[in-house]
Amino acid sequence: MDATPMRNVAGASDKKAPKMVIAGATKYYQTRTGSVHALDNVSLDVRDGEFLCILGPSGCGKSTLLWSMGGLHGLTDGEIRLGAEKIIKPHPEIAMIFQDANLLPWRNLAANIALPFELKRKPVDQQRIDMLLKRVNLWGFESKFPRELSGGMQQRASIVRSLSVNPSLLLMDEPFGALDAFTRDEMNLLIQEIWMETGKTIVFITHSISEAIFLADRVVVMSARPGRIASVFDIDIPRPRPVDIQTRPDFIERVLHIKASIDHGRSPSEGLAIT
Amino acid sequence: MDKALGDKIPEFNRKKAGGGGDGVGLSGTSLGLGDHRTKLETLTIILVAVVIIGGAELLLKWFGVPQYVLPTPSLIIMALFTEWGFIWPHLLVTLYELLVGFAIGASIGFVLAAVITQFPFVEKIVTPYILLLVTTPMLALVPLLILKLGFGSEPRIIAVALASGPMVMINSATGFRRVDLAKIALARSFGASTFQIFTKIRIPMAMPMIIVGLMVGSIFGLLTTVGAEMVGGAEGLGNRLTYYSALIRMPQFFAIILILAIIGISIYVLFYWIGKKWASWET
Repeated sequence: MDATPMRNVAGASDKKAPKMVIAGATKYYQTRTGSVHALDNVSLDVRDGEFLCILGPSGCGKSTLLWSMGGLHGLTDGEIRLGAEKIIKPHPEIAMIFQDANLLPWRNLAANIALPFELKRKPVDQQRIDMLLKRVNLWGFESKFPRELSGGMQQRASIVRSLSVNPSLLLMDEPFGALDAFTRDEMNLLIQEIWMETGKTIVFITHSISEAIFLADRVVVMSARPGRIASVFDIDIPRPRPVDIQTRPDFIERVLHIKASIDHGRSPSEGLAIT
Repeated sequence: MDKALGDKIPEFNRKKAGGGGDGVGLSGTSLGLGDHRTKLETLTIILVAVVIIGGAELLLKWFGVPQYVLPTPSLIIMALFTEWGFIWPHLLVTLYELLVGFAIGASIGFVLAAVITQFPFVEKIVTPYILLLVTTPMLALVPLLILKLGFGSEPRIIAVALASGPMVMINSATGFRRVDLAKIALARSFGASTFQIFTKIRIPMAMPMIIVGLMVGSIFGLLTTVGAEMVGGAEGLGNRLTYYSALIRMPQFFAIILILAIIGISIYVLFYWIGKKWASWET
């Protein structure tokens, strides 16, 4: 993949300028029954190269926040910047990965992966695509249609589709939520490996506490109605993290700790590291 | 920001991964030209056809049914060959009227559907009138059109366009209304323009219903063509039906019906294959 050296410890990039700044993001939806307060004054720095998980119950505005970060949604108030650029529309440096893979069912795998190039009116980077397909073990499946592939394969294809245009920031919206537990573990390992190999910044939305702890450098917990940041946890477990750490007592302790903070609506001070 | 995504809350109905469509498909209209026919099935189909046609032949002869009541299959086939020289110019007229009328009606219907579905307000205003066009038999207008335009092809072409256009439109509109927010968001996230979203997402997504509309519309077009030819003028297969029945030349009359049946079946088969090629992802 990209020639970025492997890194081992998270959080070492504190001194660099943040990759993305979210400042006072507030969002109201106008619906037929009145306005819904989806985001309330959310401020957050996404560090360059970090793996950030946003965790929260459904309806807490995490998808709204991610869509705004991807430039798909406007904010009612506040702003989101990528470096110095204000995000008001989709940005070529940002790629999104959606729930349920979101492949186009009328296109085969090759045509699905070529979609971003088509939309950007650029020649297809077949070399990069082939390399990515081999990396995620989808080499040779290019002529298959989405319905012929398993859920895990579909989501791997959608990861290839997003990486094919070489974005520096990946926004993932509960990508593995619909997968069975085993496939989910596999995908979590894969995305960790890809993150370590490529040095991309990843913002990953999930409602699974253990998935968040397994993947993240930092876990941002959001509370619902209106969506705001309840707490932020640093996760300093060394990488690469094997799947079986999820059964270790200290891992479970972290899960319980975050769960307790959600249950009590308590907000421990930001950046609290638990070891 | 984005007109299509607008201010919609990013929640889509979660389908199972691998998700099939929402059940709108060609299956609704298809009588199923079975895909995987075994040798035995093919043999049985041929056998049944032979028994029915041969049986009709024998029974009609056995009971001495006069040919002005019901001609035997062999007489019909003979009439088709002996009369072919007189019939084929009329066949061409009918096909010409059908094709031109359908092309006009279908294009207008398709464009109207694509445009109107983008503006819910306009759609609400226009839909009742389209329904009126769908439900009112356009044949009723033919005498009026003949009065204005004479006995040429024009009034019939207009009637065909009026009959098939609304069918194409109403089905295509159903297709275009099936918005999948996630797929539009996907295209938009890669920087797609509104036009690209239309050509790369909306049209392919509506394709199964567009094909259904074209199939139903062309069958309606065929009905209207033949009907309009029976009402007035001196050409076309519809005219031949009235001509031969007036002369009580029943074998020739049934030969025309046979040709019409073949045209109808061909239309069905054509759109069945188009559907298999362009919309098979949905089933």
